Amino acid sequence: METQILIIVFAPLIAAIIAGLGNRMLGNALAKSITTGGLFLSAALSWPIFIGFLSGTHTAEVVPVLQWVQSGDLTFDWALRVDALTAVMLVVINSVSALVHLYSWGYMEEDPDQPRFFAYLSLFTFAMLMLVTADNLVQMFFGWEGVGLASYLLIGFWFKKPSAGAAAIKAFVVNRVGDLGFMLGIFGTFLVFQTTSIPEILAASAGMSGSTIGFLGMRLPTMDILCFLLFIGAMGKSAQLGLHTWLPDAMEGPTPVSALIHAATMVTAGVFMVCRLSPMFEAAPTALMIVTIVGAATCFFAATIGTTQWDIKRVIAYSTCSQLGYMFFAAGIGAYGVAMFHLFTHAFFKALLFLGAGSVIHAMHHEQDMRYYGGLRKAIPITFVAMLLGTLAITGLGVYHLGAGFAGFWSKDAILEAAFARGTTTSAIAFWAGVTAALLTSFYSWRLMFLTFWGKPRWIESEHIQHTVHKTPEEAGEDTTGGYHPHESPIAMLIPLAVLSTGAVLAGQVFAPSFIDDAAFWAGSIFYNENLIHALHDVPYWVKYSAFVVMVLGFVGAYIAYIAKPDIPAKFVASFGWLHNFVFRKWYFDELYDAIFVKPAFWFGRQFWKLGDVGTIDRFGPNGIAAVVQRGSVAAKTIQSGYLYTYALIMLLGLIAAVTYVLL
Amino acid sequence: MDFPILTTMMLVPLAAAIACLFAGQASRVIALGATLLTFGLGVMLWANYEIDGAQWQFQEKYELVAGFSYALGIDGIALMLIMLSVFLMPICILASWDAIKKRVGEYMAAFLFMEVLMIGTFAAQDLFLFYIFFEAGLIPMYLIIGVWGGDNRIYASYKFFLYTLIGSVLMLIAMFWMVSEAGTSDIPTLMQYDFPGGAQTWLWLAFFASFAVKVPMWPFHTWLPDAHVQAPTAGSVILAGVLLKLGGYGFIRFSLPMFPEASADFAWFVFILSMIAVIYTSLVALVQADMKKLIAYSSVAHMAIVTVGLFAFNVQGLEGAMIVMLSHGLVSGALFLCVGVIYDRLHTREIERYGGLSINMPYYALFFLLFTMASIGLPGTSGFVGEFLSLAGIYQTSSLVALVSTTGIILGAAYMLYLYRRVAFGDQKNADAAAMKDITAREWIMMTPIAAVVLWMGVYPESFLAPMRADIAALDARLAASAPISDAALASGEPLEKAANAIEFEAHEGEGQH
Repeated sequence: METQILIIVFAPLIAAIIAGLGNRMLGNALAKSITTGGLFLSAALSWPIFIGFLSGTHTAEVVPVLQWVQSGDLTFDWALRVDALTAVMLVVINSVSALVHLYSWGYMEEDPDQPRFFAYLSLFTFAMLMLVTADNLVQMFFGWEGVGLASYLLIGFWFKKPSAGAAAIKAFVVNRVGDLGFMLGIFGTFLVFQTTSIPEILAASAGMSGSTIGFLGMRLPTMDILCFLLFIGAMGKSAQLGLHTWLPDAMEGPTPVSALIHAATMVTAGVFMVCRLSPMFEAAPTALMIVTIVGAATCFFAATIGTTQWDIKRVIAYSTCSQLGYMFFAAGIGAYGVAMFHLFTHAFFKALLFLGAGSVIHAMHHEQDMRYYGGLRKAIPITFVAMLLGTLAITGLGVYHLGAGFAGFWSKDAILEAAFARGTTTSAIAFWAGVTAALLTSFYSWRLMFLTFWGKPRWIESEHIQHTVHKTPEEAGEDTTGGYHPHESPIAMLIPLAVLSTGAVLAGQVFAPSFIDDAAFWAGSIFYNENLIHALHDVPYWVKYSAFVVMVLGFVGAYIAYIAKPDIPAKFVASFGWLHNFVFRKWYFDELYDAIFVKPAFWFGRQFWKLGDVGTIDRFGPNGIAAVVQRGSVAAKTIQSGYLYTYALIMLLGLIAAVTYVLL
Repeated sequence: MDFPILTTMMLVPLAAAIACLFAGQASRVIALGATLLTFGLGVMLWANYEIDGAQWQFQEKYELVAGFSYALGIDGIALMLIMLSVFLMPICILASWDAIKKRVGEYMAAFLFMEVLMIGTFAAQDLFLFYIFFEAGLIPMYLIIGVWGGDNRIYASYKFFLYTLIGSVLMLIAMFWMVSEAGTSDIPTLMQYDFPGGAQTWLWLAFFASFAVKVPMWPFHTWLPDAHVQAPTAGSVILAGVLLKLGGYGFIRFSLPMFPEASADFAWFVFILSMIAVIYTSLVALVQADMKKLIAYSSVAHMAIVTVGLFAFNVQGLEGAMIVMLSHGLVSGALFLCVGVIYDRLHTREIERYGGLSINMPYYALFFLLFTMASIGLPGTSGFVGEFLSLAGIYQTSSLVALVSTTGIILGAAYMLYLYRRVAFGDQKNADAAAMKDITAREWIMMTPIAAVVLWMGVYPESFLAPMRADIAALDARLAASAPISDAALASGEPLEKAANAIEFEAHEGEGQH
């Protein structure tokens, strides 16, 4: 397995370096082939490893690569660790990445800068693989920051747009706020355990659960504070409430990027981290409670915003944020396998939804506003079917008594059942937040479908379409298509949609027994809570059907509001303007942060500079001395130009004094 | 080594400097050849340095007058700083190749003299010899700023001079006292000498006056932005790359080992100044419109990480501080080169005059990106290793100082990426900036070696840590007795009986499997 692991991780890096440095010398086709080829190779090698863990023939393995840092007791090396948990991530990352590479052949066809794009995609994949194969916290942090860099570069890929540049910085800086927590968490972990090796930390965690540690002058339970600090890192990367503001803006990046980084892989790194460190978190009850509450709050909060946005990608972005909330509260209540399962199924259907949205945007000449879509199901039928399957998967269509359902049915319902079964106040809050969010999920997902694929075309109102057909809405008159003909996407884009559709339909059904019920599959790579899994299956029927019921309600609600009586949304906005505004403006988080962080930072910067440096230090320091000296001097100029000699003289006198002193 | 390699490394540039004074235009080639030769000698020095050998190697000693001797010798710490100096020198000569038009011979001579004095500073083993090199090394820098600098060069070099002078006088007085007390001016002996506690306080303060200005620590930093802005590109590279390291070197060579108790007493004083520096200068960097000023202020913030690491009183802090110094020397030097590249083309340092350079200068944008990322401590680059170790070290002493200092990673990302966005991203709003050509072969040759070392130090820092390990361990052992009390100490307790999410389960009938 050793060679395979090395190839899996380093093939994307090598491809990225060749494509990135070769760039225009290589030409588009070659750069694209190398990167895509590298990723398909990694994906092809990942599946046998995953299947090996499923069938129980593989065991955890660590491949040492290179010594990294040895400083006193603090040592950590480059090494690749592959166990069941990593194997899950390997197939998710490499499969989605390979498909996104392929998809980008079509989507980025007309872009002048393709080698750079593909190099970034492959670089991202490498960093993500380093993250999930980390054997110590510092290498995890390397991958963590590496994916942050790739995300920054890809969000800012169309760097001529000011909004893209701003979104890229925002993503990086907000993530760094989380990284502050992550870094302090690593420092604290090293202080407590005298190692950064993950297996050693996990083995010693339980024994530390009663200890306390000093932090900012307080005495706090060791494991709670460490896990809380690490979780702040997870909140940043996984866009949880408070540190989520970068994710919607990240949609400035090309759509394949949104599918790969901001849906399927990078944003799930936080969930992965909590699962990877699950034995550590299990020694930290308060931290776990915080994880549960933050996850539950995020899943509800983001879902509300999703119901009001017009930009198709932003709806899906908030949906991602919300689904990540589910994963976190699943982890918070101890159902780590279930959290990972939702991560796994979500990767398929969310990548599918994003790539499907990309296909719609491609067909609609870069228009992203759903108000200007409508009636597209006949024009782009394959995309429509793919999006439909994705929607059925995310809303979780499935019937418990039939034992059949789409991917989301298996994973999301298991999360809700586990939350109910856990039986604490916190888990009950999470359960109800999850059920409410499931209602909203169904509503906004179907709203997206209805606005895009049903109803009459409203295409001519789009400026993008107007530019294409050279008509104004007035000129077009009755024909609201404006004579525009959306085309189905090229085959390179449709193949990934087909593959991911299969995943969205089947991933739940096929893998549920392993992920949820099979302690042997996880083989100790996560904390497996046997009793909780039993209790999860034992919940009352109303709990098992609650998600189904709210899904139907959401569908009906969306049907009424966007198909049967399309004037309802406007009436709602008219009568509950404040509520709509609050949600539409994303709970005013951006405005708030701008007012309390961004503006003050610049204000303080100017004050420190003008009043501190220039107005105080310089005024009373060097300038003050100069003024005094000049006042007492006949020819100020001599001093100004003569200081060098003064200096040399003083030094010389000093030396003479020294020599004299020693001689005497 | 069967020849006095340290003296040779100083004689080569010295001879070349004298030759340059008379060579006129040919001095460029002489200077480049001499600095490359010195670098070659440096590589030999490193290759022959025995990691497990004696603490002081390549020692040379000639008694001059009664106790005052020409004594050279290096440990791993000095070795690394000498390597940094001789590595950056040829790059500085290349950076000045076309940019310097007037009095080229004198200019090259100034740089070569400076190289001699810098090697001497790091290699000196006699207190007074150190003092001469340490102080004289600044004279060529004054000249470089004062003669070849920008419009406001007189004010800048005057400020530089004023700050430095006061510190120097105090340090010299302290040195006299030390020599009379200990009866020797031999640095290795003094490093083991236990000065009485009360005297340590005054000596520490006197040395601090000199080193805090060089680092520079807040509030003694205001000379730095002016000096950088006025200095020619290569001057900035050496200023940021090597001269700022003299302060940190001073702390690690003198203040910490010679006055350990005073160092512990003043640790919080240093922490407070450093914490202010991280926040204050980072925010000031955020609002700068001049590229060089921005990078100059960022240097102050980075050097604050060095000072917190040095006074963390543990191995990680000390090694981290050393790696931050090496990394900062490379990275901020490279960033000044990046500014120089576009300054040479457009003759302005104003950020707003650029924009969209990724379009017409893609390889430039790539180098600039790499150094930006190294500056904000992205793992895999040298910046991370240093910052991480330094902050991991301080966390063991104080979680509060660690928290405040670590905010530097957020603020650093903000001001550097904001700079990068305005220079490399966005539209090409200025026609002249849009017409600039990508980097030339000469500029490739300048940037590539730095980029390579930045990545090398980030991925395999062992090469740089190994020579210093024994010296840092010795210093750590000397400091151990006086280390300040940690506020992050662990207190053990009875472990919880079960996992946080452990629940009881009794099977019910009926409701079946999922």
